[in-house]
Amino acid sequence: MQSLATSRILLIALGVIVLMSFLPLGVSGYILGLLTLAYYFGVFAMAWDLLFGFAGEVNFGPTFLIGTGAYTAGILDNLYQPPIWLCLVAGAFAAVAGGVVLALPALRVRGPYFGLTTLVAVLMLQNYIVVDASLTGGEIGLTVPDVITVSDTKNYEIALWFMALSGAILFGLSRSPVGLILQASGQDAVQAGALGFNVTKHKLAAFIISAFFSGLAGGLLVFYMGSASVGTLVDITVGVQIIIAAVLGGRRTILGAVLGAVFLIAMSEFLRPLGDLSNFVVFAMALVVVLLFPSGLFGLLTRTKESG
Amino acid sequence: MAAGAHLEVEGLTKRFGGLVAVKDMSFAVRAGEILGLIGPNGSGKSTVMKLIMGIERPNAGAVRINGVDVAGWPSHKIARIGAGIVFQHSRPLHRQTVLENIKLALLPDKLTQLFADPEIDARARAIAARVGLSGVLDRRPATLPFADLRKIEIAKAVARDPRVLLIDEPFAGLTSTETTAFSDLICELRDDGRAVLLVDHNVKSVARLVDRVLAMYVGERIAEGSADEVMRNETVRRVYLGGSIETAARPESSFRDRTTPFLEVDNVSLFYGKAQALENVSIHVHAGEFVSVVGLNGAGKTTLFNAISGMLPFSGDIRREGATLRGLTAATIARHGIVQCSEGRDLFTDMTVRENLDLGGQHLTPAEGAEQIAWLFDLFPILRERQKQAAGTLSGGEQQMLTIARALMMKPKLLILDEPTLGLAPVILEQISKALERLRQTTAITVLLGEQNVTFALPHADRVYVLEHARIVWEGEPGAFAAGAGAGYL
Repeated sequence: MQSLATSRILLIALGVIVLMSFLPLGVSGYILGLLTLAYYFGVFAMAWDLLFGFAGEVNFGPTFLIGTGAYTAGILDNLYQPPIWLCLVAGAFAAVAGGVVLALPALRVRGPYFGLTTLVAVLMLQNYIVVDASLTGGEIGLTVPDVITVSDTKNYEIALWFMALSGAILFGLSRSPVGLILQASGQDAVQAGALGFNVTKHKLAAFIISAFFSGLAGGLLVFYMGSASVGTLVDITVGVQIIIAAVLGGRRTILGAVLGAVFLIAMSEFLRPLGDLSNFVVFAMALVVVLLFPSGLFGLLTRTKESG
Repeated sequence: MAAGAHLEVEGLTKRFGGLVAVKDMSFAVRAGEILGLIGPNGSGKSTVMKLIMGIERPNAGAVRINGVDVAGWPSHKIARIGAGIVFQHSRPLHRQTVLENIKLALLPDKLTQLFADPEIDARARAIAARVGLSGVLDRRPATLPFADLRKIEIAKAVARDPRVLLIDEPFAGLTSTETTAFSDLICELRDDGRAVLLVDHNVKSVARLVDRVLAMYVGERIAEGSADEVMRNETVRRVYLGGSIETAARPESSFRDRTTPFLEVDNVSLFYGKAQALENVSIHVHAGEFVSVVGLNGAGKTTLFNAISGMLPFSGDIRREGATLRGLTAATIARHGIVQCSEGRDLFTDMTVRENLDLGGQHLTPAEGAEQIAWLFDLFPILRERQKQAAGTLSGGEQQMLTIARALMMKPKLLILDEPTLGLAPVILEQISKALERLRQTTAITVLLGEQNVTFALPHADRVYVLEHARIVWEGEPGAFAAGAGAGYL
């Protein structure tokens, strides 16, 4: 996939984004709503791929970072009604702080324990939200007094361009010298250390960046939906869907994660007539793609482009 | 400190739990000098290298690089102060080109470096030219021959122009022409005024290259001097060749299956990716015979055994009593009586001794199983005492006995033992050796033993093969070994 030059991939991506920005002229508000959701999930998945694909750390707790950002932004708005942008910034930084607190000890342990630590963090956050209901809304969920806008089209454009910007930054980072060091650290930490790279520092930086985008996207999602709940933002199954989206889209591609997220959400909508079976079919399809095409949707796409 | 020494090690000690891997090691490597650090498998030489590079932390002692004591530092700091390491296994980034892999090693350890310095490109190309990679700069590592992958490792290690260069088994997996080219390259790097430490198994492989040799055995220095001096050293000879060895070989003609031996390995070759692990290896074992395959670590013993056990694909043929084993699964081969005790022992460490043995005897009737266990407890009395203990809590020697006992529970026709002496103290070796002797005397079992410890491998053997760099280079009676092949083994 890397035989496609970075600049060419960015150019194609920009073309697709511009094309998608004209979508509100032709489709219903319902579909725009679905895509808005998909774009935010795309950012979650891209942020996750930076950790998994590059730093080589399996973070089972993307929703810990997302939830921390989303709930911080939402609670702040509920309590004091500061400008929304301030809530969003606070959410993003809360996610970073949470990420550092989690990553510092977790990066010290090796192998599967990192993943387990992140998994436990999600459960703790989930429990805290349920227990401290007066602040967080508990199991019912948190309703925020403000939304960014009620217009489907505006919400759609915000999500689209936020995703585009996040994608450009994360993708650029992954192809920069820092991304190269990160990949080396992820694949062979001993050798990266022997080459003079502080592996922990680079992995921590990846975690912080991942947390920042996850928290920011989480906050934006709250002010789009007007509410936050454990079921939509924090639950383990949400995290699993993000992971599936990233792997389905293509590991170590960053941009593929967006394809995976759109694919997952579009398919579950398309298969809605199947009722309860729809999720089963979507996951089965995801399984087939992951088993047969380990390089994911993005890998498939760039491969056909190369041969064509 | 010694004048002009780039690398100085003093009183270096490393313990893993109760095991002392490196004990009070001291040596120095001067600028423009190559020191060969040799020792058999498990002698602690690789640990010394890891301690210098900061991959492991020493328990005591000093490591001075250009006069600065770096003992206990994290490895990225040691790298930056002027040490580089060439790992034995090449692990390049596979999605990146050769050039990008070399550039990686030149990048500063900064998070703010979002665009590569153009100067890095030029330097990477210069380094590539120096190690002979200019022609393949834009290729991916996966498309390159093994020798080129090793060159990438060297290029990365010297990228920061280290004054101290550590090289782990420089010639493993290389052909003789490639070895010559590599030696020249290492000499050039020395002539730049670097201190080079080569780690290898025996003197022979590095003799042409080194200025001095330091021999290690179970964590301690046993000899130091020129390659010739070390090869003549009495202690070194005893470690590699054993003292006086009494052999009790039965002549090959005494076995009845002379025309079709029980096991025939016929012209077997095998590759790991691009590294050739076995090259036209042919051996045979008669029913009831005890055959030892002697070779240093990395010679291909384990690979050969894994091929026989059906765990690796190979070219050539392996036959049991005339019928090919090709196409049979590892499970089928084991169930029909070719049982391997792997080097790693593979015990179920959380299960008790008895449970491990019962697992091995799964296919036996309860009566047969009980009988077999009783016999094994006679063979290894210590296991009877330890029955209820978890296998993981046994000492290394006891674990080895349990591994052999578990394999014997399967009532094998051919027992393959892969380096049973690995990491064991001499006293324990004695016990295992006695058990093997009883096995040979009292049963009709056929044994194929792989060893680098000649003292252990020869006494029981009826015949010996010497495996070196993927090839069988000698075959004969154990008595003839010490006189003939022994010298070349050092």
